[in-house]
Amino acid sequence: MKRFIGFVQKEFYHIFRDRRSLFILFGMPVAQIMLFGFAITNEINNVDIAILDRSQDASTKEIISKISSSEYFSILQHIKEEAEIEEVFKKGKVKAVLYFEKEFSKKLIKQHTAKVQIVTDATDPNVANTISNYINSILSHYQEEQNRAITLDYQIVPQSRMVFNAELKSVYMFIPGVMTVILMLVSAMMTSISITREKELGTMEILLVSPLNPFQVIIGKVFPYIFLSIINAAAIVILSIFVFHVPVNGSLFLLGLESVLFIVTSLALGILISTISATQQTAMMISLMGLMLPVILLSGFIFPISSMPVPLQVISNIVPAKWFIIIVKGIMLKGVGISIVWKETLVLLGMTLLFIGLSVRKYKIRLE
Amino acid sequence: MKEETVIKVEGLTKVFGDFTAVNKISFHVRKGEIFGFLGANGAGKTTAMKMLIGISSPSSGSANVAGFDVYTQTEDIKKSIGYMSQKFALYDDLTVKENIRFFGGIYGLSKNRISQKSNLLIEELGLEKVAHSLVGSLPLGWKQKIAFSVSLLHDPKIVFLDEPTGGVDPITRRQFWEMIYKAANNGTTIFVTTHYMDEAEYCDRVSIMVDGNIEALDTPKNLKTHFGSDSMNDVFLKLARS
Repeated sequence: MKRFIGFVQKEFYHIFRDRRSLFILFGMPVAQIMLFGFAITNEINNVDIAILDRSQDASTKEIISKISSSEYFSILQHIKEEAEIEEVFKKGKVKAVLYFEKEFSKKLIKQHTAKVQIVTDATDPNVANTISNYINSILSHYQEEQNRAITLDYQIVPQSRMVFNAELKSVYMFIPGVMTVILMLVSAMMTSISITREKELGTMEILLVSPLNPFQVIIGKVFPYIFLSIINAAAIVILSIFVFHVPVNGSLFLLGLESVLFIVTSLALGILISTISATQQTAMMISLMGLMLPVILLSGFIFPISSMPVPLQVISNIVPAKWFIIIVKGIMLKGVGISIVWKETLVLLGMTLLFIGLSVRKYKIRLE
Repeated sequence: MKEETVIKVEGLTKVFGDFTAVNKISFHVRKGEIFGFLGANGAGKTTAMKMLIGISSPSSGSANVAGFDVYTQTEDIKKSIGYMSQKFALYDDLTVKENIRFFGGIYGLSKNRISQKSNLLIEELGLEKVAHSLVGSLPLGWKQKIAFSVSLLHDPKIVFLDEPTGGVDPITRRQFWEMIYKAANNGTTIFVTTHYMDEAEYCDRVSIMVDGNIEALDTPKNLKTHFGSDSMNDVFLKLARS
């Protein structure tokens, strides 16, 4: 036990004396959370649009004032000619142009139909889509108001309600993902680097020749990272609650346990990586390419798994992060308990045991 | 006077697939002896040494190190030997004292014993001024001396040195060999591999490995007479080329 404490103490010296690992451990999580929380967002706010109004009558003016008074849009300029549309898009500030045809009001009253065109800059398809949806809903709102007096014989009134994230805040979606990325990064990459570093320096050989048994060496190396990752996970949860007001609807205790499980999964992966790579650089490359990319692309963090092609959907099952994200979303947003997420938990547990088993085997072969 | 044997090797063999890295080597090393273990790169030196220090298990043959069997008692072997590799592996981001404390700790030395030993070591090597500096900032020669002293911290019966003088200048090498002599005089057995033939001359006995076999084993003087050479370098070349 005394040996173990000495070992862990040495490991902390390594971590605290290396600016790079300190940054990855503590700077990165905060930076990522802030980035994803504030900068990367699917919502639109104060988007600049231009108006091409051929009618300039009561109806168009009312619609325009409705649009400009919403917080989503601000009207940057009015243009006169159709030819100008492309020009304003090219300048880049304007994301959408609203084009009202001639005699809008008159047609609306006499023919019961008038045309307005929404032209969006689709260089960013997501934003274009969102803008078009928002304008559509403002228009239909206006239409409803105008038609209030008239009663139709049949009417379908859809009422959509978004549950678990009523305001469709993207931060709700990102927090579980960011948490997963950070825990994976810290646990897997940092441990694999720190173990391969000992190999590179030749100190691993000295440790193996010492009376410490190889498993004590590995546990001694991994232990500080378990500790630091738990602190990280706690920091992320605290940040998301107090800065981004993401609720934790389920049990915090369960969330903690699941996080520890995922940390152990990542550490086991890190150890496995260190057994197959000889240098720190290899370990880093494998961690980045082999872990970070699938975590970001295939875990459902950013791109929904259900809309991926079937082969990718199948592959996504072997990404541990996918299961953890499901668990975290379930606990944080839906407030579910272990009775719902036990399957995902079992999958993670199974993966962890598999990784540990594989690393032990690899490690033994190396010692032969 | 009956001499105590601390390493007994009989027919030790290591086979990787269909490649025999070490082929039935046999030798004895006496207590307090400086035993040179020579051979070209790939001759099987490192493999043989790994079996003796308990991190690689032999394919066949027997070996006894410090009274313990290399098949069944590797843990006891590890406690009674010291090891220093060609990389003088210390932790660069730990201070001299922290390194000593760490390595003393993993060999299970008590706190008092460690601080006593570390003061003694720092005094002997004249490291008072740098005791609290990071090892990474020290010159290579110092690291080498510290690494050697650290390998002796737990008073091992045998110290295994794997090319301990790689990359250091001749003066530092000379000083290093003085440390080795001193340790041998105190009864520690030294098992050393080297590429420098002038260093082979400093050994009590040397063995020369070629392609997994020990081709020669005697005192440097006898070897030179036997091969009609005037330097160990010549002996080595004659053996390696034949």
